[in-house]
Amino acid sequence: MINRLIQFALFLAVLALLPAAGAIAETPFPTIHVPEGKGVKCVQPEEEIKRNHMNYILHQRDETMHDGIRTKTYSLAECINCHVQPDKNGHIAGIESDEHFCHSCHEYAAVQIDCFECHADRPQKYIRRATVKATSEQGLREVLVARGAESGGMK
Amino acid sequence: MSTCADKSRRSFLGKSAAIAGTVTIAPGIFLHQVASAKPDDEAVTQSVRWGMLIDTSKCEDGCTDCVDACNTENGLTGHDRPRTDTQYIRKVTLREISTGHELSLPMLCQHCETPPCVDVCPTGASFRRKDGIVLVDKHICIGCRYCMMACPYKARSFVHEKLENQTLSAPRGKGTVESCNLCVRRVDNDGIPACVEACNKGRHGAMIFGDLNDPDSRISRALKKHGGKQIRADLQLNTGVRYQGI
Repeated sequence: MINRLIQFALFLAVLALLPAAGAIAETPFPTIHVPEGKGVKCVQPEEEIKRNHMNYILHQRDETMHDGIRTKTYSLAECINCHVQPDKNGHIAGIESDEHFCHSCHEYAAVQIDCFECHADRPQKYIRRATVKATSEQGLREVLVARGAESGGMK
Repeated sequence: MSTCADKSRRSFLGKSAAIAGTVTIAPGIFLHQVASAKPDDEAVTQSVRWGMLIDTSKCEDGCTDCVDACNTENGLTGHDRPRTDTQYIRKVTLREISTGHELSLPMLCQHCETPPCVDVCPTGASFRRKDGIVLVDKHICIGCRYCMMACPYKARSFVHEKLENQTLSAPRGKGTVESCNLCVRRVDNDGIPACVEACNKGRHGAMIFGDLNDPDSRISRALKKHGGKQIRADLQLNTGVRYQGI
């Protein structure tokens, strides 16, 4: 009988501990770094932009690419200009970093984003633009031989 | 808004802007020429056709100002592998066998009216914008490289490796094809391509950029007066880039 009581007590204890264990296993909510310095509101209410930002950006993407429409409201570059700012030490978090505005949430939601495979992950003023000299190939090595106008060649 | 009204408005804007915005630093050399002013929220139309005129007699052998400017503008750093490194513009030397005469010219995407790269693209990634600029929509490019084979000018390159530190003006990434986009972002903001700017800055003045549809544009006037040849005109692609002195 005592054994049964002990077993029951243990069972209760395990039950009581389960929620705590669950809480430990839960992924912590991402820390979203509020952009500093700008002090302006997002182009849409927070709830709307959280849920539908991808649609706004996708729509703008096609308009810009194919029609040359370059309004700034839903431009990815403008998202980045506002949301990616250097920290107090002047350090900019790249897209690989948990500190990056986009990365922190997307990591939490397990949604992979490809935007930054091509697009800059920081405002233009924080990108170092190197002067790139022509390689010898781009320069002068390519010599084409033409036989003259009447026989074709380089028309 | 009707296309007709749009055209006349643009033409008016273009003329007034050209008068206001053109700075002559020496006879025949223009520092900046504004062809038209397009509001940000307006789509491009076929009333404009962007083109380039290259005077090979002014193009110096050994000069790579345009190539350097392009590489810098678009962040085209190479891996020291000339056969596969990206190039949007390159210098080509032409030698005629019979006379031994050599001339140097920059070769870039010719922005054809009927581009073979667009014909062969299976996804529609390679396309021609209404104002004549031929582009790759890298969002839908699958990297098949058909366009590279179709292009008679060897104008396109494939990005083989992961890139970092791309510039804001030139998003580029691994697995897609790319080529000269006539500095489309600059053009949309009423600017001129980086290569043309560099050529003018270097006092060569061998390149003119402008609207081929506007008979009063500098490029149209120069073409009317001196003519301009298409490279491989036999292919009947009606290229947007024309050459003088070849």
